Amino acid sequence: MNTKNLFDKLKKSQLLLPVIAMLLVMAVNIIHDAFTGAGAFSFFTITLQNTTGNGTILYGRIIDILNRGSEAALLALGMTLVVSASAGTDISVGSVMSLCASFCCMLLAGYGVSSTNELAVPLILGVLAGMLMGCACGAFNGFLVARLNIQPMVATLILYSAARAIGLLLCNDLIVYVRNNSFGFFGSFLGPIPTPIIITAVCVALLSIILKKTALGLYIQSVGINSKASRIAGLNSKMIIHLAYIVCGLFAGIAGIVASSRITSADSNNIGLYLEMDAILAVALGGNSLGGGKFSLAGSIIGAYTIQAITTTLYALGVSTNQAPVFKAIIVIIIVAIQAPPVKAFIKKKSLSKSSKGVA
Amino acid sequence: MNIKKLNLNSHTLLLLITIVLFIILYGLGCILYSNKGFTHLQTFLNILITNAGLICITCGMTCVMLTAGIDISVGGLVAMDCMLIAVGLNKGIPAPLMVILVIVIGILFGLMQGFFVGYLNIQPFIVSMAGMFFTRGMTAVISTDQVSITEQSSPLYYAWANYKIKLPFGGYINNKGVYNAPYIRINVIIALIVLIAIFFMLRHTRFGRNLYAVGGNEQSAAMMGLNIKNVKLKAYTLSSFLCSIGGICFSLNTMSGSVQQALGLEMDAISSAVIGGTLLTGGVGNVIGSFFGVLINGTISSIVKTNGKLASSWPNILTAALLFLFIVIQSIFAAIRNKKMH
Repeated sequence: MNTKNLFDKLKKSQLLLPVIAMLLVMAVNIIHDAFTGAGAFSFFTITLQNTTGNGTILYGRIIDILNRGSEAALLALGMTLVVSASAGTDISVGSVMSLCASFCCMLLAGYGVSSTNELAVPLILGVLAGMLMGCACGAFNGFLVARLNIQPMVATLILYSAARAIGLLLCNDLIVYVRNNSFGFFGSFLGPIPTPIIITAVCVALLSIILKKTALGLYIQSVGINSKASRIAGLNSKMIIHLAYIVCGLFAGIAGIVASSRITSADSNNIGLYLEMDAILAVALGGNSLGGGKFSLAGSIIGAYTIQAITTTLYALGVSTNQAPVFKAIIVIIIVAIQAPPVKAFIKKKSLSKSSKGVA
Repeated sequence: MNIKKLNLNSHTLLLLITIVLFIILYGLGCILYSNKGFTHLQTFLNILITNAGLICITCGMTCVMLTAGIDISVGGLVAMDCMLIAVGLNKGIPAPLMVILVIVIGILFGLMQGFFVGYLNIQPFIVSMAGMFFTRGMTAVISTDQVSITEQSSPLYYAWANYKIKLPFGGYINNKGVYNAPYIRINVIIALIVLIAIFFMLRHTRFGRNLYAVGGNEQSAAMMGLNIKNVKLKAYTLSSFLCSIGGICFSLNTMSGSVQQALGLEMDAISSAVIGGTLLTGGVGNVIGSFFGVLINGTISSIVKTNGKLASSWPNILTAALLFLFIVIQSIFAAIRNKKMH
């Protein structure tokens, strides 16, 4: 009886889908490793390795996935709030990432300089400016969505096409290199641990504390479930939706700085390309309804890392970077088809008729 | 009196703004770059030739947007079509067969998307995002090289692409004293036929009116007895079908296939439709507006290209600014209408 209860609870849990997906990915990895003779559990091994540049660092496929998935996880945090509050997606985050990276690098290198070893302004100023730019983009999106009542997808379409272009303009159509160790820190290692993992962990911790300790999380959910009712209940729903977009922009800014720090340059054309899709996918995979309302931050984060794990696994299986989207597409369709109401109803009907037959 | 009439129908006003804006932009180009040949009829025809594919795709996008949906898979589908045609022709498959194949694939692809949106009730954005991933990935599966179509690979296709239809008017004599007759290419004819066909379909057929009904108010349409699932299925199929035709037009213009082709084309199509007065909430819009939306897009990039000194990112920024302008105007109109109703 007890196990059955637990099973029922699990079946209803929002985290069921992302956890199953994660387990599936691991299973594929284990089978693949076992067949190629690399040792069945080489996927999980984490070793310490000595490198010339960074000293002793942690090395392993899990670490790699956590490291590479940082940007998607950061974006997924903001996207979760946006989806929950406004029942729409912010498709501009990838472009905003690129703009923030360009702005930060442009300030650090000075306008028109394409390669530098010396910082033109203090590092903290550049980083803060990048994050502020993210907030500004988020505020713009939020203004359109919350104040002018424009559909989120349409409103964010503007920055989707403009932000990357503005970033290119800031960089004078060049790739700006900032070859400075202090800037490269955000994309390299802090002790043995990759810095992006630490940055993501700090962001996740801060956001979840804010959402748990204040009523903000509750407010966002209630606005998402019924914004009119929330307004009548005394919530400033417009303000809350606006805030969700600003937070989303802020995280896009942080992700942009991490991404540009990894390559110590601002490559406007490639930073954050298609990453908005990964972020939206992470939210959907995390069991969050794209129709707004209740959300689970944990689900989105697991979703983001699962997507990174899928990508890494596909590369390990020998699928090329350009061909990987085919499999991603099939996975997306399977995930959303399982969650689709008509399919759910169909499965329920099937299981009901089965159980009634069992009784008879 | 006249203004009052226009005010009553804000959608007509929006279309009018679009057309006036196009004339202003084009006039600006003519004044600024008259010495670079902007005033010649051929410049306008070149905009049509380069954007013939986009016209077809935007017509399809408009139909989908009328049902309050969206189809962002079009860029990927165009890339896949171009790659398929390029590889197929280089393998020696006859051009007419290739064209039919591409159109059949487009219809099948649209049926799939329509099924997921209409019958499984999944958000159009997610479905077509998966479609975009799929088609982009398939392009790479077919080939990761840049494949170009030459005269050797298919003389017939090459002849199609280079066939000039000369117009009997609007020519000019260049500084060498040779008379240059303005010309268009086959893809412009295809695009114009598609445009006119979709215009009449939306106005005068049952299916066309169904699209408006579903987008205007899905619940009332269902209560009227419309088969909403079926209408949506057909809308997405139509979009992918037109997108395949657009892909052929695109291929006739670029004569090559590569993974990076038509990147961001979906946003061009969506912004053209929005600038042309199609509401993303569905139920409002027509293809004439979308046509002018495409022309505005084309004129902006043509002006930037003619200038030659402006950074390549300016067309994107200007289009986005226009998009912003039109979205704000639309929302103001919507607010006024809401106030009137209360």
